[in-house]
Amino acid sequence: MSTPAIEILGLTKDYPVGFWRKTMRRSLDHLSLQVEDGEVFGFLGPNGAGKTTTLKLLTGLIFPTAGTARVRGRSIDDVAMHREIGFLPEQPYFYDYLTARELLDYYGHFGTLSKTARRERVTQLLERVGLASAADVQLRKYSKGMLQRTGIAQAILRDPKVVFLDEPMSGLDPVGRREVRDIILELKKEGKTVFFSTHILSDAEMLCDRVAVLAGGKLQGVGAPGEIMSVEVHAMDILFELPPGGSLPASLAGRVTPIGGRCRMEVPEAELYAALEQLRRCEARILSVSPVRPTLEDYFLRMVGERQTASRGVEVAVR
Amino acid sequence: MSTAPMPVAVNTFREAVRDRVLYNLVFFALLMIGAAILVGQISIGIDRLVIINLGLSAISVFGLVMAIFIGVGLVSKEIEKRTLYSLLAQPVRRWEFLVGKYAGLVLTLVVNTSFMTLGLAAALFYVGRPFVRSDALILVAVYFILLELALVTAIALFFSCFSTPMLSTLFTLGIYVTGIFASDIREFGDLTKSPGLKALTRVIYYLVPNFHNFNAIAAVSHGEAIPLALVAQNTLYAALYVTLLLVAASAVFSRRNLK
Repeated sequence: MSTPAIEILGLTKDYPVGFWRKTMRRSLDHLSLQVEDGEVFGFLGPNGAGKTTTLKLLTGLIFPTAGTARVRGRSIDDVAMHREIGFLPEQPYFYDYLTARELLDYYGHFGTLSKTARRERVTQLLERVGLASAADVQLRKYSKGMLQRTGIAQAILRDPKVVFLDEPMSGLDPVGRREVRDIILELKKEGKTVFFSTHILSDAEMLCDRVAVLAGGKLQGVGAPGEIMSVEVHAMDILFELPPGGSLPASLAGRVTPIGGRCRMEVPEAELYAALEQLRRCEARILSVSPVRPTLEDYFLRMVGERQTASRGVEVAVR
Repeated sequence: MSTAPMPVAVNTFREAVRDRVLYNLVFFALLMIGAAILVGQISIGIDRLVIINLGLSAISVFGLVMAIFIGVGLVSKEIEKRTLYSLLAQPVRRWEFLVGKYAGLVLTLVVNTSFMTLGLAAALFYVGRPFVRSDALILVAVYFILLELALVTAIALFFSCFSTPMLSTLFTLGIYVTGIFASDIREFGDLTKSPGLKALTRVIYYLVPNFHNFNAIAAVSHGEAIPLALVAQNTLYAALYVTLLLVAASAVFSRRNLK
């Protein structure tokens, strides 16, 4: 059996809070999951769910209170693990007195690339992320989107096998998001494992082989986006027009949403035919009947709603 | 031997240059020009002494300001601005980062001090050419200043690993001032009849670096020779303290959570 790309085993993180720092706030609660080689894995959750904490733990920026993790078989405490990974922090900020070329060249020193190979790689990456024309402009003059692209370039600089991206589409315009999506898909084609956190669910649905939903520091579910969506109760969406002067019976009127000259109504699947019969009696013109496909967003919001209290963090007194 | 500190050091130096830190040289140059012109008019026979005293003191003060104010931000600024996140995700150990930052600032101080020394030499040449043999002693005083700056930088870096820039500045300045008066503090303890106070002043004396030993400005300006043994002693003393401080800073920083 091949080694998983990422293996997280009971990872827990508590932060001390308060003036005396004797109270602990749990940011991540016994997270365990496994990401296979070559997967694009989405890590979903609202703000404060523990997504960034997980990524910081995996990249060695913070240290776990309990549990451990391995990336391609190497412990996260091992500096050699960093040769296997690339990381884009959330809202990346780089040395703004450097140009993008200088920044990438600087980070390139920490790998095994020779000077010539490093220069070639930097030039190639700058072209790949669309920054070739601004390569020699100081980063302080870059827009947010350009900084994000610089961040992605540095994350894949050493051609890592596993790429961690923390909210890679955050703050980008639709074109920028599309570009980042394309890069993630290219990385997948190259056989890389991409682990990215996001709260833009359409991106996760579009890109991910599997997703995990996190709320209140706890894992709520893991699976293919399709699997997660299938747990929802189905409903039917009816679009119709009433004849001039027509009106709906009281039993339906409260469920209808007018849209322009038309009406939309969502009914449980079991009540579909009864609702259609009532609309027929009112001489309504049925324009469409379609199943309401539950989205990842529905699942996400339901989970978050259920865990609203938990998402504010669990306080554990220090003994 | 790890090579990772090297690019970090070069980048730290580059940051100082691009942030126009070396502009302080302009002020130093103006000070030296002003002093050279003024001293020639108001002092008779002691113009060299005044210029050497003023020049070396200015080199020390300018260097100290740089060492403390840049030193306390070496780590904390990187954490605050989050530039450290992407850097430490690279295969760089935390101690390598610290050593690189330290070396980068020391390199900046060496370059800065070298230019200021040239400025001092130019002022001396202006007030009383040609150079005399004892002027070479100025280089020893400058070397001692550099040792002092290296030590102050290590103290600032140490505090920068776990404290805010404001508190780090206060701590570093506090240790520096205490270090200048370390011998006096010990003497004070010896003069009191309280064993507790005597023990306390002894602890302070041995714990805090004795910065007084690095001050050769008065001796050099009077043309007094500096014993070679003192040069060796100061070099070893500074090297030992810097090593201890860097090890302590690495120990603190290696388990620090970067929130």
